[in-house]
Amino acid sequence: MATVAAVIASTHHPFYLRASTATGEDRPPFADEWVAKITKFRETLTRANPDVLVLVGSDHFHQIWLDNMPQFLVGKAPFYDANWYNEEREFGLPRMFFKGQEDLSTHILRDGLDAGFDLAFSNELRIDHSVTCPMITLRPQADLPIVPVYTNIFAPPLPQPKRYVQLGQAIRELVESWPSDQRVAIIGTGHLSLELGGPRQFGPHGPDPEFDAKAVEWIANGDIEKALAEVSLDSLWLPGNATHGFLDFMLMMGAAGAGVKADYVDTLDLFHTMEAYFTWYPANGAGQ
Amino acid sequence: MSKYLLDKFLYTVDRDPELVERYRAQPRETVTWWENERANAILNVHDGECSTWLRFDDAEREALATHDYPKLFELGAHPFLTLTLFIAMFERDYAEPLGFQLEYAQRLSHFTMPYPDIAT
Repeated sequence: MATVAAVIASTHHPFYLRASTATGEDRPPFADEWVAKITKFRETLTRANPDVLVLVGSDHFHQIWLDNMPQFLVGKAPFYDANWYNEEREFGLPRMFFKGQEDLSTHILRDGLDAGFDLAFSNELRIDHSVTCPMITLRPQADLPIVPVYTNIFAPPLPQPKRYVQLGQAIRELVESWPSDQRVAIIGTGHLSLELGGPRQFGPHGPDPEFDAKAVEWIANGDIEKALAEVSLDSLWLPGNATHGFLDFMLMMGAAGAGVKADYVDTLDLFHTMEAYFTWYPANGAGQ
Repeated sequence: MSKYLLDKFLYTVDRDPELVERYRAQPRETVTWWENERANAILNVHDGECSTWLRFDDAEREALATHDYPKLFELGAHPFLTLTLFIAMFERDYAEPLGFQLEYAQRLSHFTMPYPDIAT
């Protein structure tokens, strides 16, 4: 069976590429520290020596629209083009291209459906920065085949938070039951407190540093119970109107396992939002 | 009241470079054209099989025609869509980095939690 080489949860910040490559007067004062932290974070994936990446993210109204909105969707395609015109325009993200690990997609869909998740699928998926940002930060050579998994964190009504946790647990089990000798890293990106298009956007910190501190603690300690006790679909509006992206962190807590402390934790307090990076090495993953 | 249609306008304009410029330069003309020609188009479906029932109410049409993004927020347009499109149109007019984004936040500062419902 396949090996889970690493479980990684991260914020996805679309401005990283531009900030990290800017020079002279255009280079923001926080860029060097950010690059140093990302370089260390990248090493946690490199060390796990993965063959395949399962990438959990959320389409930002690119290919997926309100006339046809899946809650959870698995890409099943031999290839994936990536990034969209408005992401080039606003963030300077390049067009990207990935090979798909289609047999793992098939396995996740078949056995996921049989396990009680009515997963949607896509045979032609152009993925967006929720998936390409971690590729840029963690695997810039973009040389590994992927299985993208999209969740709806964006367009109410959303599934309950516990459902994201359960899906993360299921993805972990599905990877572990994949009849293959490949080493798989499960990587998911979301947000801590975040405000987009509202009065608290683009402040000197994230909109709710208190929530961020608690959230980092929950994730670092694998404290699913406390996160589920304190987080609801209604409560997530309070730290910032785009904070439902935290549900993807909860999914990754499910993938990492209840009560399992992260082996690597780092944060960076930026304007607008706090960055947070977590890596777990499962006991059999030989990632360290 | 059609939050969905507001979102559909923002979404379809934002993904089309020509429409972004047209909406910036001629907002009322673009909204009128879009409502007449595009509001009932089902995405990925040919024009012979359009919807027949989608139209803006007066407040929605006026908010779009006047680039009134605080009003769009009040009407429950999806804030991510509004922000993304309006950055594309107006960030260029501000000398300071984040100048437009911070003014945007300031112009919404009278809103307190809970914000207007964005569910469609």
